[in-house]
Amino acid sequence: MKILVAYKRVVDYNVRIQVKADGSGVVTDGVKLSPNPFDDIALEEALRLRDKGIASEVIIATIAPADAQAHLRNGLAMGANRALHVVVDRAPSPLTAARVFLKLIEKEQPDLVILGKQAIDDDAGQTGQMLAALWNKAQATFASKIEIDGAKATVTREVDSGLETIEVDLPAVITTDLRLNEPRFIKLPEIMKAKSKPMETIAFDSLGIEAADHQKVTHHAPPAKRSRGVMVKDVAELVTALRNKGLVK
Amino acid sequence: MNRILIIGEHADGKLNAATARCVTAAKDIGGQIDIAIFAAEPDAPAAQAAMLDGVTRVRTVTHAANAHALGALLAPQIVALADDYSHLLAPSTTFGKDLLPRVAALLGVSQVSDVMTVTDSHTFERPIYAGNAIITVQCAPEHKVVATIRGASYPATAAGSATAPIEAAAITVELPTHTRFIELKASASDRPDLQTAARVVSGGRALGSAQKFDLIYQLADKIGAAVGASRAAVDAGYAPNDMQVGQTGKIIAPELYVAIGISGAIQHLTGIKDAGTIVAINKDAEAPIFEIADYGLVGDLFKLVPELEQALG
Repeated sequence: MKILVAYKRVVDYNVRIQVKADGSGVVTDGVKLSPNPFDDIALEEALRLRDKGIASEVIIATIAPADAQAHLRNGLAMGANRALHVVVDRAPSPLTAARVFLKLIEKEQPDLVILGKQAIDDDAGQTGQMLAALWNKAQATFASKIEIDGAKATVTREVDSGLETIEVDLPAVITTDLRLNEPRFIKLPEIMKAKSKPMETIAFDSLGIEAADHQKVTHHAPPAKRSRGVMVKDVAELVTALRNKGLVK
Repeated sequence: MNRILIIGEHADGKLNAATARCVTAAKDIGGQIDIAIFAAEPDAPAAQAAMLDGVTRVRTVTHAANAHALGALLAPQIVALADDYSHLLAPSTTFGKDLLPRVAALLGVSQVSDVMTVTDSHTFERPIYAGNAIITVQCAPEHKVVATIRGASYPATAAGSATAPIEAAAITVELPTHTRFIELKASASDRPDLQTAARVVSGGRALGSAQKFDLIYQLADKIGAAVGASRAAVDAGYAPNDMQVGQTGKIIAPELYVAIGISGAIQHLTGIKDAGTIVAINKDAEAPIFEIADYGLVGDLFKLVPELEQALG
């Protein structure tokens, strides 16, 4: 079985985002970029399925500017067999990204596609579900457990009310939640090995996709700030303050 | 005129309050507001939806396959109704997040996720980067608007004076067979629902174990609060996943939020910044949680929390 993993590069989890003074965007020059944490989980899950002998090949794919090769090398060092790099000049909308992945699916014919449930930059959380719709296949979002049995997957999903289990026919799209696994650390020899793994570059224009640009982002603003309150010295003072505000009896 | 369809979320015959929050956002968009109830037995949730103030009508789609909300099965049914509408809305809950992008893709349009402000019928504000930036998004007027509504940004619409008509919608679509519901393990609890509770007490990694997390439950029960947890506490196994508050968990806006042993990573603060009053108890006076807390108390939670519980008794 072949698994395609979406592997997006985003501003690192720990970077404190600053909005540009003119509202045209956020400052990304010189900030640390890392794989989207949910995509690392997606890749880890694919690698574990390969370790178990369920999958034979794990392909990572990204849609990013030309300078994203180091990012893909990182995924190859983690253990992916090969990488696909769809080169764009600017970030695609989730619908455009889904259309790109559909093209990659037509080319690669994977049995399973795993994506993160959201990317921590735009926080849209759309691409996996959109891809499943365009592909006309099942989707299992927010997965915390995946079991593959022949042409079926049983997936436990983290939903608001608890844990839901569904069964889907393969091929299917699965999106990962935080507790699916803990991604492995990359070992130095793997970094060396990754240098010789295949990486294919695909020009966006060669895919013949209509970019979905139905939305324009017209302004970026910093969030409304909560002001710092007061420090109370003990429990009695806290309870008095809360009672005065009518928040507790 | 805008014609808005809200996809109603419900379970066990009860309309989820997130649906009533969508109605409030829909009123800001303006126009006709319909609510669709997809269910095996739609009568009870439909009746609740019909009572909400400002709702024009409720449309029910009855099908045995709708007994459980599976996005892949609901999406083509929603598309079958979509022709009548300029806007399709769903709550930004796991229900809406799973479902609506699938609908948007079938319609060939983009989606606006987590609407927090409606500027006009086609212009919205939404958070990115865990709420560290707010973007204004303008949707092309020639396309349908498909959007999920961030519940913490909108109060729930209450019952109005009139009751909207309930109509059964006749649709014929072939439902896919590739997705089957197996089971739902709901965390059984008599406590208030985390997403709608007026008061929430949350615990972090500092609790140290699932057993010690009981302190949080005890305090919560004392003040009739729901219980939440930081990602670190959930990852460590002290609390179940459905209690996670933050960027990738639940975004909540209670009147009172009490954060205990939570340092306050950006991703957690994102989930609580619409709370009315935030109280933080932490042993580290430099913890980021104190930067946004209305009341901060520095000290050992294992001493302070029992004290607080007693003082409230």
